Amino acid sequence: MAKPNKALIKLPAYQEERIGTQIAEGETIRAARPHVLTDVVTNYCPGCTHGIVNRLVAECIDELGIEGKTVGIAPVGCSVMMYDFFNCDMIEAAHGRAPAVATGVKRVHPENVVFAYQGDGDLASIGTAETVHAATRGEKITVIFINNAIYGMTGGQMAPTSLPNQVTQTSPYGRDVSKVGYPVRISELLATLDGVAYVERVTCDSRQHIMQAKKAIKKAFQNQIDGIGYSLVEVVATCPTNWGMTPLDAFQWLRDNMLPYYPLGVYKDVVADGFATAADAALERAKDCPIAQQKKED
Amino acid sequence: MADYNHELLCVLSGFGGQGLLFAGKIMANCGLIDGRQVSWMPSYGPEMRGGTANCSVSLSDDAIGTPFITKPTALIAMNQPSVEKFAASVQPGGAIVIDTTLAMNGAEGVELADGVEVAAFKATEIAEAEGLKGLANIICLGKLWSLTNFCEREVADAAITKCVPPKRRHLLEPNLRAFQLGIDA
Amino acid sequence: MKGNEVLAEAAMRAGCRFFFGYPITPQTELAAYMAKKLPTIGGTFLQAESEIAAINMVYGAAAAGARVMTSSSSPGVSLKGEGVSYMAGADCPGVIVNVQRGGPGLGGIQPSQSDYFQATRALGHGDFYMPVFAPSTVQEMADLIYDAFDLADEYRTPTMILADGMIGQMMEPVLLPPERDLSTLPAKPWATSGSRMERKHNVINSLYLSPNKLEDTNYERFERYEQIKEKHQRQELMSCDDAQIVVVAFGAASRIARTAVRDARKKGIKAGLLRPITLWPFPTKAIDELCDGGASSFLSVELNMGQMVQDVRLAVNGRASVDFYGRTGGVLPTPEEVLQAIEKVAAGEPVVQSAEPGAVGSLLPHPKHRKSSYERGE
Repeated sequence: MAKPNKALIKLPAYQEERIGTQIAEGETIRAARPHVLTDVVTNYCPGCTHGIVNRLVAECIDELGIEGKTVGIAPVGCSVMMYDFFNCDMIEAAHGRAPAVATGVKRVHPENVVFAYQGDGDLASIGTAETVHAATRGEKITVIFINNAIYGMTGGQMAPTSLPNQVTQTSPYGRDVSKVGYPVRISELLATLDGVAYVERVTCDSRQHIMQAKKAIKKAFQNQIDGIGYSLVEVVATCPTNWGMTPLDAFQWLRDNMLPYYPLGVYKDVVADGFATAADAALERAKDCPIAQQKKED
Repeated sequence: MADYNHELLCVLSGFGGQGLLFAGKIMANCGLIDGRQVSWMPSYGPEMRGGTANCSVSLSDDAIGTPFITKPTALIAMNQPSVEKFAASVQPGGAIVIDTTLAMNGAEGVELADGVEVAAFKATEIAEAEGLKGLANIICLGKLWSLTNFCEREVADAAITKCVPPKRRHLLEPNLRAFQLGIDA
Repeated sequence: MKGNEVLAEAAMRAGCRFFFGYPITPQTELAAYMAKKLPTIGGTFLQAESEIAAINMVYGAAAAGARVMTSSSSPGVSLKGEGVSYMAGADCPGVIVNVQRGGPGLGGIQPSQSDYFQATRALGHGDFYMPVFAPSTVQEMADLIYDAFDLADEYRTPTMILADGMIGQMMEPVLLPPERDLSTLPAKPWATSGSRMERKHNVINSLYLSPNKLEDTNYERFERYEQIKEKHQRQELMSCDDAQIVVVAFGAASRIARTAVRDARKKGIKAGLLRPITLWPFPTKAIDELCDGGASSFLSVELNMGQMVQDVRLAVNGRASVDFYGRTGGVLPTPEEVLQAIEKVAAGEPVVQSAEPGAVGSLLPHPKHRKSSYERGE
């Protein structure tokens, strides 16, 4: 394969405009890096699904044409360097605090699109409170949650989402649920909250699932643009390095073990349920509670 | 006698709900109107919940140091614990007003400094008899004013007018009347 | 107005439109005032789920370019340490108010100055400082928070108002500063407010995996600190011209010390008061001048077991004697106690660290006279 000519590939507009552009004699762009991604080489391991999800997020931002008003919040974890990979404004948050930081940004600039990208240790352990409360406040933000059942950056410790009997560095005899309890199922948990507009669990082990994941991520962004409410997409992901598997084996393990425990699907979608916003859905759910029905006087 | 025109250091103390913090605010506003240095320092926290409530009000011609008053020149005490806690610390020549409706023993058994003037009377009883329930605080304030003349009478009336919120305008007249009752008591 | 309410009002006048906090005594009036007024002037008040979330919301709003603040009291400020460290590392301006109470642990709720170390020695992990203002009057609550916002923006640093329950709860007359025209606030071209495709994207970050890069950013930040030390030391001096004994006290303690110094003068003791208004940077230049001017003794009076006294010793650097007098746990010394301490210094005697049992204002017996539960046979 011919080496792409970097200087020529750097075209100003979004990907759609680039596709099909003749860049040299006999060379046509069939696919290009989304504009919102920088040309920095990522630090993700071979076979890691972070790269795929980063790209899906980037494609959604490009396709929605929102790069100029998007502010991303990078977490602490393997995707900690995300602020280097994206061309939109980025903030590096403390471990678990991305939803709180996102809240601050969104409250200052409600017209902006704010997303937080977090792993399982970040979102479901040290940042559980921030996650639950941003969701129940109905913060109009988009959260991408990478669940690979392990702490990757620190070298494979037990995560809040590690499966029962899963062997990790800190559960060397397998996760003993009688001692350390059960995995947190975030999508199921958040779907019960009134501020939440949309929760879907997806994965990216196949082309079909990747397309489904992209659809979900795009919807999570679109919901924010439309002011519908808090949206979260949980991506069941792999960590070949810390699972100690080849990328292919890791995907097989994901299909065999992760997906039965974390079933894919839509856990909440107020729009599909016929509501304009999460607030309307919340009002309906509490229809028998008089005080919850009180209209605010201005 | 203490020089109240130069400096008034007053502790107002009683049960929560007796309105002593409010009476203190009126006193502080007298100082404000007169252009004096003023501080108003409440007790706060769990102390306020059902127990004693007190505040320290300083009016002075000089910059005020500590707003916590340890040696008051004047004291309004509306319950017995307040008398016991503060009466002995009143400076020589100072003034004490005690509502004996609740502080039934008055200043009995308290070692007072030389020349301290004590006015002990049943302020709460008077208030209720006059249809001014809840205004014993203002009656006590009026009494203290008559003992110390810490400001001009018009200034006191103006401060009361300022402190009664516009939403409760109907309470202005009773407050002014209570103040006068205290002077006469 | 109460000191806490004045802080809130003056902050809004300084252009603060965002407040994130969590309830804690004795700063509740501040948050309540913000909750009531901010929405009416186009601002946002948000009660966060925790202090940690609150400070991270502040971080986010600061990164987005807003004038933003949070307030708490000692135990809550500990929780904010994480976020403050990130703000310092990412050069995000914001104001943190600490209306101090007694500690350690849950402590009490009475006025205290036990967080001096925490405030002046980097609140949170890492190699950083932040400017700390110590108001001693309600008027200064207004004036200093106004300055704190400006300084924060100018040097891209978090700043702190280190108040205490006494100044927070008391009412004094106050002249409020003028309403700031928001359009006159400093521009923040570094803010992550959306590139609008008109500039290179901004990144707010405190992570530098290359040691050299991290060292460079730290060096750059400490150059700014040097400028702050040079230009922004603030203090008030009272009767210091011919003072031999200089009492050093800030905030609530300075109010008590002021009365005591006045009383000492009446007794013919050549005492003066140095009241640091900035705790970091500590007013070392003023101490230099006092040492040069013939002050032979310094007495640090604090509502703790002796924290600022370390800075006084460092600044005095052996040129004069340095003593300490303090009460802790929310106990306030009386002016008489402080006067006694001044008299001890004047007589060249050691200063007793606590009030004598039964002394006016002494709510606790002297530790020496207190029996442990073991000794009481419990």
